[in-house]
Amino acid sequence: MKLNDAYEPVIGLEVHAQLLTASKAFCSCSTQFGVEPNSNVCPVCLGMPGTLPVLNRNLVEFIIRMGLATGCSITPRSVFARKNYFYPDLPKGYQISQFDLPLCTGGSVEIDLDDGSRKTIRLTRIHMEEDAGKSIHDIDVDTLVDVNRCGVPLIEIVSEPDMRSPREAYLFLTRIRQLVTYLGICDGNMEEGSLRADANISVRRKGTTPFGTKTEVKNMNSFRYVERALEFEINRQIQVLTEGGTVAQETLLWDANLGVAIPMRSKEEAHDYRYFPDPDLVPVLVEEAWTGRIRESMPELPTVRRDRFESTLGLPRYDADVLTAEKETADYFEDTLQELTNQTGRDRKDLAKPVSNWVMTDILRVMGERKLAIGQVPISPVRLAGMIRLILDGTISGTIAKELFEEMLGSDEDPESIVERKGLVQVSDHGVLSAAIQEVLDNSPDQVRKYINGSDKVFGFFVGQTMKKLQGKGNPSVINELLRKKLDGLKSA
Amino acid sequence: MSVTLRDVDHVAKLANLSFSDEEKQTLVGELNAILDYMEQLNELDTSNVDPLSHVIELSNVFRDDELKPGLSREEALRNAPQRSEKFFKVPKVLGDR
Repeated sequence: MKLNDAYEPVIGLEVHAQLLTASKAFCSCSTQFGVEPNSNVCPVCLGMPGTLPVLNRNLVEFIIRMGLATGCSITPRSVFARKNYFYPDLPKGYQISQFDLPLCTGGSVEIDLDDGSRKTIRLTRIHMEEDAGKSIHDIDVDTLVDVNRCGVPLIEIVSEPDMRSPREAYLFLTRIRQLVTYLGICDGNMEEGSLRADANISVRRKGTTPFGTKTEVKNMNSFRYVERALEFEINRQIQVLTEGGTVAQETLLWDANLGVAIPMRSKEEAHDYRYFPDPDLVPVLVEEAWTGRIRESMPELPTVRRDRFESTLGLPRYDADVLTAEKETADYFEDTLQELTNQTGRDRKDLAKPVSNWVMTDILRVMGERKLAIGQVPISPVRLAGMIRLILDGTISGTIAKELFEEMLGSDEDPESIVERKGLVQVSDHGVLSAAIQEVLDNSPDQVRKYINGSDKVFGFFVGQTMKKLQGKGNPSVINELLRKKLDGLKSA
Repeated sequence: MSVTLRDVDHVAKLANLSFSDEEKQTLVGELNAILDYMEQLNELDTSNVDPLSHVIELSNVFRDDELKPGLSREEALRNAPQRSEKFFKVPKVLGDR
């Protein structure tokens, strides 16, 4: 879909991240996903009269991690509020959220645009709240309600309207996902609903400052849909305006099957939530000592790690980006590099690129082909390092290494012992190689004549044939050297 | 500030309550009386007083992130006016949140 160039979209996102706590926000029920309906419930999350919520300490710890990672101010005294509305999957008749005193305010994240430049997207706030349950409308004539998800802790990350294209919104969301997964506070799975995004969208004529009337698009429940849904809504608004109409302020639901955003049936009172401080929950005071402790326990952030891979390991920007996209990949890379450094005693900087090549091409390929997480790939960092060491010390050739890699996928045998058992050791013995080369030259009189007559192209042919004769086990640099000597000898003879 | 019939309609709708016209008129009177009574507070200068969100002087009451057994599904569904085998059942919801 092509966006009209005369208009500029203005996009802000609200991202809900479901936190990886063991228990719910205000009661001791499990947060486990995909269990039997209405099995993780208790009087508190069922909204029974007379019950009292008690705040999960980890909810506060987790939101502070995200706040620190995005440079937010941590509010010293933060308060929970009730957001009141009636819906069957909200048994209490209100959602516990935060309103005028959210725990984190300000802050920003950086996104890397496709032209290589970086852009700062400001955050308005990050606050804590609880999830609602699930209503199921399509398996019975009535609506069925599952309360398991009620009270599961969420953080809501609200951005400023700083994004100017669906692509930027996608990059922002990707960065948020990367951050929450690095911090270990959310699994980042959009399809399962652990990460949900709603967008506020308006368009304005390019070069003008005032914002147009905005609409809200909900239900963009996969990374793929975010860009499509935003493009749809932007085009719709532009069309309304170019036809002389006005954009109505409304909420739309993205329908992925139809590829359209459909207006919700909204009553005018729908947004009157009558927030007020929740008297059941006491204020949360966060002192510097607490944030200091959390700051110290934080893992290295993805962009910092990427820059370190570039500057201290000497990796190209592309490698650093790919390797740090997911924390597990970066950990795997660094574990392999550490292991290889230990095994060879060589400088990390010299080893980083070979390790990066194997992780980026072969390990990531296996993950894609077999739909595996990196922890499930049958080759551990120790074994991969062992294999790369065999290449570096000349025991095996690069060609053989590819074969060895496939072999290693099928067993947990040491690379060394596979090499020994299958006789994959590289042949560097001059006598053996010379004999093979001589045989190749004897069998290819035409090509030899071409070489003598000045065609260097056939050189590769001789290398290939010799390698073939040695079942790929010949040492390529020794073969090159011997072959060149022998052919040049023929030339001058 | 005075409460009108429209305000009563609005608040009643938000609270999912329905009233007869007569009851609404009574509520207009009662709500206005309550607000008038609260007006007395305006005699005090509160410009240097922080808004109060809680009446007790407590903060940071937490629990550890640990699981404790809740209710079985049978117990949870026992008081439901309507249920299926595994779910609470409510009349079909047509409007959106």
